[in-house]
Amino acid sequence: MTTTDAPPSSPAADERVASVGLLKRLLVKPELGALVGAVVVFAFFAVQSSVFVSPSGIANWLDPASTLGIMACAVALLMIGGHFDLSAGVMTGTSALTVGIVSVQFETTIWVGILVALAITLAVGFLNGFLVVRTGLPSFIITLGSFLMLQGLNLGLTKLFTGTVNAGGIGVTDGFDSAEAVFASTVTIAGQPFRIAILWWVLFTALATWVLLKTRFGNWVFATGGDEVASRNVGVPAARTTITLFMTTAAAAWFVGVVYAVRQTSVQANVGIGNELIYIVAAVIGGCLLTGGFGSAIGASLGALIFGMTQQGIVYLRYDSDWFFFFLGAMLLLAVLTNRAIRRYAEARR
Amino acid sequence: MSETTGTPPLLELRDIGRDFGSVIALDGISTSVRAGEVTCVLGDNGAGKSTLIKVLSGVHQPSRGELLLDGTPVRFGAPREALDAGIATVFQDLAMIPLMAIWRNFFLGSEPTRGWGPFRRFDAATAKETTRRELLAMGIDVRDPDQPVGTLSGGERQSVAIARAVYFGARVLILDEPTSALGVKQAGVVLRYIAQARDRGLGVVFITHNPHHAYPVGDRFVLLKRGRSLGDFGKDEVTRDEITSMMAGGAELDELAHELERPTPPAP
Ligand SMILES: Nc1ncnc2c1ncn2[C@@H]1O[C@H](COP(=O)(O)OP(=O)(O)OP(=O)(O)O)[C@@H](O)[C@H]1O
Ligand SMILES: [Mg+2]
Repeated sequence: MTTTDAPPSSPAADERVASVGLLKRLLVKPELGALVGAVVVFAFFAVQSSVFVSPSGIANWLDPASTLGIMACAVALLMIGGHFDLSAGVMTGTSALTVGIVSVQFETTIWVGILVALAITLAVGFLNGFLVVRTGLPSFIITLGSFLMLQGLNLGLTKLFTGTVNAGGIGVTDGFDSAEAVFASTVTIAGQPFRIAILWWVLFTALATWVLLKTRFGNWVFATGGDEVASRNVGVPAARTTITLFMTTAAAAWFVGVVYAVRQTSVQANVGIGNELIYIVAAVIGGCLLTGGFGSAIGASLGALIFGMTQQGIVYLRYDSDWFFFFLGAMLLLAVLTNRAIRRYAEARR
Repeated sequence: MSETTGTPPLLELRDIGRDFGSVIALDGISTSVRAGEVTCVLGDNGAGKSTLIKVLSGVHQPSRGELLLDGTPVRFGAPREALDAGIATVFQDLAMIPLMAIWRNFFLGSEPTRGWGPFRRFDAATAKETTRRELLAMGIDVRDPDQPVGTLSGGERQSVAIARAVYFGARVLILDEPTSALGVKQAGVVLRYIAQARDRGLGVVFITHNPHHAYPVGDRFVLLKRGRSLGDFGKDEVTRDEITSMMAGGAELDELAHELERPTPPAP
């Protein structure tokens, strides 16, 4: 028997690789479904309402998308790392209330309140992560516990310090103007003021994407979420990665809470509760797998954008806003199904 | 044990034992891994081979006994510590993340970086280039380093894990059934790798169920049964047939051969 040696194949061209077209390359990106969804939602409202595409309309739907997007990015990182944080919503409230209570009741400058809020949220994030890592219990349960505890603390402590269920008077604290410039000012483009949080959102999304795709830490996030034992066995500091992710989510909650406090200058004790699920919805629409190890920060931001457009678009079309959650739920199901179909197609055709 | 040199062995185990709750997975194991030697660990399914190498690679901490690195007692609290000591392992389950690209898996936990301070980033170009080169050297021509590991064939996946361990193993290379999914050619490549690593002065721990793989490269043979050591033999002390019968249980193999034979048709 004789065999002829195959000519040495150059690494550049392999006969087993059908040249992967641009389309297919795009298809394996987790954010594709969300991108298509965002375009469809935009088109849906744009053709029916001219206000929707006017500068003021755009500013209006970018606003809810921005604060949600900042949270969704952090939650997406955490989900890629294989965990949930049900306390993320109430933690924005904790942050906002802390700003109010510390700076008003203790008569400090607002910046002291903002720093104390950062310390508290980071501590909660650390505790969430530490308990998850130490006990090995599902983060769903651990953070459900911290969610309920924070909900109680938010109410109880607010009542204790202010005697009411809201912390107000933030607008007259020392240093408010500088805090407002950072967290709640507006930037005027084409005669239309846009909230500065939109800029923060874009920066945060870019940073999260860079970290996820271009750094060692990003590699560890994917690995820890994909298979924690395997990643630990090859030397990934899985516990540190997980704790860092919980603290990142907490830091995002701090930021969004401060934005809220500075904008409103008076914070209700129940603010933020219920938002944790919306963050997860945005991340899942953005292509994050519930099982971890796959997803994207850009996708989560697109999910937040879909949310913002739908919320405001419904108002512009004069639909009853009660329908909003129905839309959101339908979009979630649709996104999960499309993402799954796309992934199957893309993987089968690689 | 041959005390030919004055230098202590790379790794030495003294009466190592490991329990999982009430299960005694390992007990009273003593052996050593020397530089430039291949130690084969043999034994039935469930004998404790993987548990033993997980003690060496820092995944499990021994419940009893002592582990010595270069003659000094060590305790690997985590696989990272063993890796930092130059001990790289191909785990039986390969320890790879299916949804991640080959090159990301290859450098997972030991990513090369470029830039400094907050701009330090994963050097993807180097990682891809190295992955392709190392795999090509093993005779695996990956189509696309961006392919997720989960879509590779079983043998390709095993090859990636081996190439990774060979690339990172500076002093000790541990392979847990690395050839189980490989074709004849690739298994030959792996055996050649083991011999090369040995010649470079690495200590190799090699687990296999195949006596034809173990005997040619092995210098020492540790036989495990139900978590205990049945002995630690130098190559000059055993023959291939003895190894074979120790691994398979020679009597059982004879019996099996007998059982599998076609019944001879009765003469007309
Ligand atoms: N984490 C664990 N918890 C409980 N028991 C365990 C654990 N790990 C291993 N064991 C037990 O220890 C024994 C040895 O397992 P081990 O994986 O070391 O076997 P092995 O020799 O590698 O077998 P194989 O050839 O099938 O790979 C088995 O009986 C197994 O059930
Ligand atoms: Mg085993």
